[in-house]
Amino acid sequence: MFSRMAPRGRSGLGRSLAELGLLLLAILVLLDGTVLSLVAAISSESDTHEAKPVTHKNTSKKSFPVLGIKYDDVSVPFEIALWVLLASLMKLGFHLIPRLSNVVPESCLLISVGLLVGGILKLARDEVPPVLSDRIFFLCLLPPIILDAGYFLPIRPFVENIGTILMFAVVGTLWNAFFVGGLIYAVCQIAQDQYSDIDLSTIGILPCLLFGSIISAVDPVAVLAVFEEIHINELLHILVFGESLLNDAVTVVLYHLFEEFMDSGSVSAVDAILGLVSFLVVALGGVLVGAFYGILAAFTSRFTSHTRVIEPLFVFLYSYMAYLSAEVFHLSGIMSLIACGAVMRPYVEANISHKSHTTIKYFLKMWSSVSETLIFIFLGVATVEGEHHWDWIFLTSTVILCLVARIIGVVGLTFIINKFRIVKLTTKDQFIIAYGGLRGAIAFSLGFILHSEHKRIFLTAIITIIFFTVFVQGMTIKPLVELLAVKKKNEAKRSINEEIHTRFLDHLLTGIEDICGHYGHHHWKNKLNRFNKKYVKKILIAGDRSKEPHLIAFYHKLEMKNAIQMVESGGGSKLNSSFPSTVSMQNIQPKIQSPPSARPSERVLPQLTKGREEEIRQILRTNLQKTRQRLQSYNRHTLVVDPDEEGFDDLFLKKRRRMELDWKLKQMTNYLSVPRPQGSPTMSRARIASDSQAYVKPGAENVPTIQIDLASPQSPDSVRLLDEVVQDQGLTMSLPSSSRGAYKTSGKDDGRDQQTLLRCLSDPGPDPDDDDDEDYDDDEPVPT
Amino acid sequence: MGATQTHSEYQYENMVGKTGFSTEQIKNLHMRFQQLSGNEKTLRREHLKNIPALANNPIKTEIIEAFFDKRNQLDNELGSYEEIGFEEFLMVMSHFRPLSIKTSAEEKTAMRKQKVRFLFNMHDTDGDGKITLEEYRKAVEELLSESGTIGQEVARAIADAAMLEVASTNVPNMGPDDFYEGITFEHFEEILKDLEMESRMHVRFLDMNTANLRCGQ
Repeated sequence: MFSRMAPRGRSGLGRSLAELGLLLLAILVLLDGTVLSLVAAISSESDTHEAKPVTHKNTSKKSFPVLGIKYDDVSVPFEIALWVLLASLMKLGFHLIPRLSNVVPESCLLISVGLLVGGILKLARDEVPPVLSDRIFFLCLLPPIILDAGYFLPIRPFVENIGTILMFAVVGTLWNAFFVGGLIYAVCQIAQDQYSDIDLSTIGILPCLLFGSIISAVDPVAVLAVFEEIHINELLHILVFGESLLNDAVTVVLYHLFEEFMDSGSVSAVDAILGLVSFLVVALGGVLVGAFYGILAAFTSRFTSHTRVIEPLFVFLYSYMAYLSAEVFHLSGIMSLIACGAVMRPYVEANISHKSHTTIKYFLKMWSSVSETLIFIFLGVATVEGEHHWDWIFLTSTVILCLVARIIGVVGLTFIINKFRIVKLTTKDQFIIAYGGLRGAIAFSLGFILHSEHKRIFLTAIITIIFFTVFVQGMTIKPLVELLAVKKKNEAKRSINEEIHTRFLDHLLTGIEDICGHYGHHHWKNKLNRFNKKYVKKILIAGDRSKEPHLIAFYHKLEMKNAIQMVESGGGSKLNSSFPSTVSMQNIQPKIQSPPSARPSERVLPQLTKGREEEIRQILRTNLQKTRQRLQSYNRHTLVVDPDEEGFDDLFLKKRRRMELDWKLKQMTNYLSVPRPQGSPTMSRARIASDSQAYVKPGAENVPTIQIDLASPQSPDSVRLLDEVVQDQGLTMSLPSSSRGAYKTSGKDDGRDQQTLLRCLSDPGPDPDDDDDEDYDDDEPVPT
Repeated sequence: MGATQTHSEYQYENMVGKTGFSTEQIKNLHMRFQQLSGNEKTLRREHLKNIPALANNPIKTEIIEAFFDKRNQLDNELGSYEEIGFEEFLMVMSHFRPLSIKTSAEEKTAMRKQKVRFLFNMHDTDGDGKITLEEYRKAVEELLSESGTIGQEVARAIADAAMLEVASTNVPNMGPDDFYEGITFEHFEEILKDLEMESRMHVRFLDMNTANLRCGQ
């Protein structure tokens, strides 16, 4: 928006900022490392100090301690806070250095930092505290990320591709697990390694399969971290991401299955069947638990209209409970969390206030961001800390097998899936899907809690794979995407036309299916929607909102967004767009044959009620009075409003804008957005409708003018009304020759000489005591 | 126009060429046609109106009209039929064919144009080649017809906003006195270009078999 300033500033300060950033980073890392070790050292000292006074109590009188160190009491929260602070400062640092963050994905940088910190800690003290315990990981670090993903999951593409996603998640992961597990066992048996100090052939088939199941799952954290930066098209994003979420069920089942088998020692056919059943239970159970909590949350949110402040809390708590409940029964916690977020979202969003919505959004983003950062840093630290067992054969064969398995899996499955898909997956798509199969911290944590005798070698291999995928694949995927010219995400916002026609198409296709007698996709979707509308919404959404159809909700959201944008852009004078459109409501309203008034070029606009007219009159009077007072100080002969006049009061315009805006918001009129013109990256502009016209400087035919027109009911009379009022006050306005009978005023845009802005005068003033925020708070159901 | 009397292979082959369906699909659709028309040779509006499942559809009138619209047939005349034969029925259905992996890029563009044309004809009820504000308003009102009076008031505003958007994108520099007559076909194509009609506007005819075909529910 105000981007004129930023690029200049950035390039000028760029180099010094980069240096500053690097310096900052280095200092922080060192500081943190030393603080941690220092603190730990002091704690051990204070322990010894504590012991002594007890024995010498009777012999010497201790002087009153003015200043003492008691680190133990706060050690745990202190360290946690320090870690989180470190993580956040790192994140801050990276974004100060733009060049670095363009080349290297954040996850790589964070792991490197983790390695660094781990190294420092190891040097400072001989043992590093086990910072990434699996409990912290699974209970605290993972849920925010998954909830963030689940709550903001784009439902439509997800459901449209659910078949493909499930295929990849279930069949793909199974294939990977067995392929890698089986072949690594074969490699171990065949390997004749004189350099290794353990005999690979002692690794049985079951540990290998267990290892395979751990390493085969695509990791949502890593995928999110990398894919977020490459802005790939929606289809691919949802395929890889959906797969990474849903394969958790498979991983959980396989992991527990093989662990049980390892303990019991033998496998039977019954066990295999039970495994299959267990998979269904885990997956469906997780989803049901999540859906249950989601519905509870939606129901609770129905009653929160008087306690808006704790609304976000309900969302977070119910989701966390869903996760924990699923974990209690060994169900898939991730699927439960996703189901909870996805189920509750449409209902909760309809119930909660705008501010709560913002709060939820930002808290989720914040927590997931911090979690992600911490996870990667801890990965780095744990790498340094752990006891590793380097066995080249094992490691290289693992890496190769994983890649091969992934490629074969993706290609094979796509071949089958394409028979059922309408939009086929091309080779490019397949490559990206295969290449985007990143492993991450979940695999590491699962490996961490292994009880196998070969834990060390497995852990080393897991870490190697993670590093390989995150560093090599993560760094190269962006240039590859560019190279292959894969379709990128469509950044433009949905326009109202697209929305209308999407809805239209839905109904059309449902109708055609009904005519064909064919119960397809659309038929069932339609049935679900109707059921949802008839019963579910009534229960879960408070008040009138339950009846609001999607199109209207979308439209109101659009209006709101545009209104907010308008305000943020500083009242119009800073609006910059390459070529604005001059189309206004007048251009599309049909002219009526015999205009009721004498004016020849009268526009047809809907009638305004008498009460409204009176209001407008009143407000105009008050406004113009104030204007007059202000303008008098400019010492003019005639108060001609002319865009050439330098001294036109900016403040007046801003205030006017604000007043218009407030009124408009209360009336819920049209904010018509100008869609992005081709090639222009600027945001769309909101238009406030008014019934006056743009004042075009005479002689400036090609001036791109911004027209602001009224789409809400306004009487044609009010156009004249303006004149009337104006004349009452003694303000003379010079009307342009091509008179429309309307009063015009315009303001000057600083940066653009050629542009003139329109001001709408037909608005009542706001209540001066009005809190600005009130306008955006959806406390009542939207009156439509 | 008129009904196809024989169900010979020759006739089917003819239609395969014109509509792009396979013989199997044509056979199935023929059976459905006969079910709907009560074994008569032509289909009338009442036959379609009697489908129970269609009753809840907010735009059912438009859909039914589309079948009888002459513009959706190959000759592209104006006006509408009173009754249609199987060939016309098939022609309309062919607009909803899915893409196959073998479709070339030109075929894709042609298909998309055809589908968008179908949509356009649904909106442009008077056949003047433009979707006027009134027609657009009517379409949006129908869409929101299930929501009662609330929907109707906002429908107008939404239609106005949408129209304005089309006008702004396509004719950005209109003078204050110019009148934007209506959305032409090119403008219509323009606003829908991001929606990828060729892949979205389809019905799966793949697994249609007679067991599934039931008249109504």
